[in-house]
Amino acid sequence: MEDRVSSKKNSGTYPILEMRGICKYFGGVHALENVDFELYPQEIVALVGDNGAGKSTLIKIISGVYTADRGEIYLEGKRIEIQSPSDARALGIETVYQELALVETRDVAANFFLGREPTKGRSGIFIDKKKVEEVTVRTLKKLSITLPSLRTAVRYLSGGQRQALAVGRAIAWGRKIIIMDEPTAALGVEESRKVLGLVRQLKEHGASVIVISHNLRHVFSVAERIIVLRGGKRIGSKLKSETSGDEIVKLITGAELI
Amino acid sequence: MERRVKGGKIKTEGSQKKFSGLISRVTGNQVITILLILIALGTYLSIHTGTFLTSYNIFNILRAFSWIGISAFGQSMVIIGGGIDLSPGSVMALSSIITAMLLAQGVDVSISVVAGLALGAFTGYVNGILISKTKLPPFIATLGMMSVARGFCYGLTSGWPIRHLPPGFLFLGQTDILILHWKVPLPVIFMIVLAIISFIFLNNTKSGYHIYAVGGNEYSASLTGINVGKIKILIYTLSGFFAAIGGLLMTSRLGVAAPTAALGYELDIIAAVAIGGISLRGGEGSIWGTLIGAAIMQVIRNGLVLMGFPAYWQPAAIGAVIIIAVMIDQMKKAKAQ
Repeated sequence: MEDRVSSKKNSGTYPILEMRGICKYFGGVHALENVDFELYPQEIVALVGDNGAGKSTLIKIISGVYTADRGEIYLEGKRIEIQSPSDARALGIETVYQELALVETRDVAANFFLGREPTKGRSGIFIDKKKVEEVTVRTLKKLSITLPSLRTAVRYLSGGQRQALAVGRAIAWGRKIIIMDEPTAALGVEESRKVLGLVRQLKEHGASVIVISHNLRHVFSVAERIIVLRGGKRIGSKLKSETSGDEIVKLITGAELI
Repeated sequence: MERRVKGGKIKTEGSQKKFSGLISRVTGNQVITILLILIALGTYLSIHTGTFLTSYNIFNILRAFSWIGISAFGQSMVIIGGGIDLSPGSVMALSSIITAMLLAQGVDVSISVVAGLALGAFTGYVNGILISKTKLPPFIATLGMMSVARGFCYGLTSGWPIRHLPPGFLFLGQTDILILHWKVPLPVIFMIVLAIISFIFLNNTKSGYHIYAVGGNEYSASLTGINVGKIKILIYTLSGFFAAIGGLLMTSRLGVAAPTAALGYELDIIAAVAIGGISLRGGEGSIWGTLIGAAIMQVIRNGLVLMGFPAYWQPAAIGAVIIIAVMIDQMKKAKAQ
């Protein structure tokens, strides 16, 4: 049932992230059962599956929102424990949540540095506002993300602008792995195209990417490999070049097994 | 991302500056609007009474709201952080009683004052723990603390006020400092210094930024690694601490620590914050708004007296001002959106 990643891909390369036998229960519900997951350096992997398949749970374990009840996580071959979002961030793992994790009442610059504000001098108390603005402008410019102003409160931004800000933030800080949960769900055609372009750019920045999406067209346009979950179990891993939309749909729905 | 994205370029610095200027004018407006209301009230009273615009009366007003104002700075941080604190009135009274009891035992003034302030901070810390660890709603936790602290006031004193406080303590609330040719009451200087410190704390420090973030969107703040529980404990502790400062200045001015002191002050404190334009939904607002909000309430009280209205009508006037101020604020926000 499981196609191992073809040897072409991993000859000589070890996964940057490897998860073995991950289990997660919510009360009596088995959200994840013995799930393995691997991500290779500079790879874009799509995680697909029906609602309730366990995609969000799996990525929330990587990003520190949940902790796994059982299983092991290795980053660059080293066993790691991720207990909180700040643990994940410190390891170079950034996440664009479906909820975006922006504070609507704060401005663009404050959101860009949310939770990691740079401070002046050695005191570690006073925020270096100049640096906040400069870095935000520079990074957004580099990613060709246009926003009205650094001092605009996020609540005055459109859905697409918010998404761009959240994605830009993750790209700016994600040194190793960037996770995107439905990055195009709330976007129009043009905005989706733009965000998918950003995802491809990430590879050039040297990061590895995990994308969750319901939109198979988007999945096939960016991902190199597709991992399918169903009912909390891993059903398959397919290289894009060796599969088709039909096959993926069959895996997602389970039609093949019946 | 709109259409501009197609160009793929960030807008020029010039247009950015123009836009940010507009935004800061809109947000700055909130404080300016209530400042204009305060000035209008002051002008009206200056014209219609001969006594309003005298340095004696102005400093009286300032001193009279200084302890409410100081407590309201702490409350502002709590409300900006998305919470509410109903306990500061009782905490003002309790910290005063602890300080007064120590003073009555002959304990040194500075030690007694520090003990009173520490107790205030401790009650706030307990509030913060209850809210962040046991997930009690802030309204309930601080309502409980309001009653517990007040109960201690009565229990410790058996209901009797503590008098005969030493001059070293009374100095704090009763001294005037000569600045230029005005005799400025010491509590007023404390209030202004604390306003400046609070402003810098909220706008320039990491903790200040995190308070705004937690109040604006708690879940987002936690996803970005902000320690939400720590921030909550911090704001309630500060609120208790500020309430203690306000309470001690009040007691020092009145010269007596009564178990019934500051009864119902929590509502005046919350009202000052609300009039000051700080959204009760959290995440935004400025300390200057709170300062002006507290001033407006006291000017109205003072003005009604000067214009010969019986003091019994004051609560009705204050209540009307709260409703009107928050209504104007909400209408402005609806327009902006």
